[in-house]
Amino acid sequence: MLNTAIPIAFVMIGLAMMLSLYRMVIGPDMTDRLLALDTLYINTVALIVLIGIDMNNSAYFESALLIAIMGFVGTVALSKYMLRGNIIE
Amino acid sequence: MRRLIPRPALSVVIFLVWTALNNASSRAHFILALILAVGLPVLTQRFWPERSEKIKLLPAIRLFGIVLWDILMASIDVAKLVLGPLDKIKPAFVEIPLDMQDPFVGTLLASIVSLTPGTVSIDIDRSRWVLQVHALNVDDTEALIHSIKTRYEQPLKEIFSC
Amino acid sequence: MSIWLEYFISFLIIVGAGFTLLGSIGLARLPDFFMRVHGPTKTTTLGVGSMVIASAIYFSVTGDGVSLHEIIATVFLFITAPVSAHLLTKTALHITAGAGRADKQT
Repeated sequence: MLNTAIPIAFVMIGLAMMLSLYRMVIGPDMTDRLLALDTLYINTVALIVLIGIDMNNSAYFESALLIAIMGFVGTVALSKYMLRGNIIE
Repeated sequence: MRRLIPRPALSVVIFLVWTALNNASSRAHFILALILAVGLPVLTQRFWPERSEKIKLLPAIRLFGIVLWDILMASIDVAKLVLGPLDKIKPAFVEIPLDMQDPFVGTLLASIVSLTPGTVSIDIDRSRWVLQVHALNVDDTEALIHSIKTRYEQPLKEIFSC
Repeated sequence: MSIWLEYFISFLIIVGAGFTLLGSIGLARLPDFFMRVHGPTKTTTLGVGSMVIASAIYFSVTGDGVSLHEIIATVFLFITAPVSAHLLTKTALHITAGAGRADKQT
């Protein structure tokens, strides 16, 4: 059962990443692109967790956690920059 | 006791997070978690703003359950709206007057509102204590304000007794 | 691993991937920025959360001992998603409101 569920999930997450990328390319405004980048980060976390289950290796999980943290910090820093013009006041 | 463990809740959180990150694998990690849970709050005590930590546990657990259930319902709602026809969606900006004046509790309410049905918090106006919210699909603004106030704000006020 | 547990894990994986996809569909399809924020904050977060929990159950069953650190990732995602959404909407409101004015107040 897992052998059929995992490829289907891979396809779905790949589609999700492509849609986020589409919004990042066409997004009319800067904030749209930032939102798409944030979504892409979260999609990547899902993808890496799925790869971990597929390869039966729990070491992938640490990288997923790191990407989640980096994505959050990056989004906050960029939106702070757009809000104020600088990051550290 | 007060000097040794200035922030009991923070100590418990540090202990649980450290144990979970190491999968509760060995006794050495429990001891290390204990050392960190006692040491970190003492070392960083001067950075934390003073506020009372008295929270009521039972309403907190009930609110946690309500929010978890609402997140599930919210996701299904948003999924339905996204797949359906787009011109039927009626978005609106809504202003919710707040009854409490605690920045921490306000932030908590804003986060809960962002994760639950159909609303994303935009800003807390600190001069008027108004929470600005964007609703994805709303028919009755008054009902939305009422449901947020009774469902999330009342329990929060009860938990933090403010 | 029992067959029912395998079904349950597969179900969680498919539901998680489905919600992730739905969040991105919302991001691509909705017409206005403030509407687009709704998709990723709620739906994608729940999708990743359910997939991470599937991973926690899988490694608890197949590996040695319980696998708890996945729970930390789920909690982290559920705490950070509203914060970044809040900052993004605040930025968008600031930019759209400040575009017409010369004296932007920060």
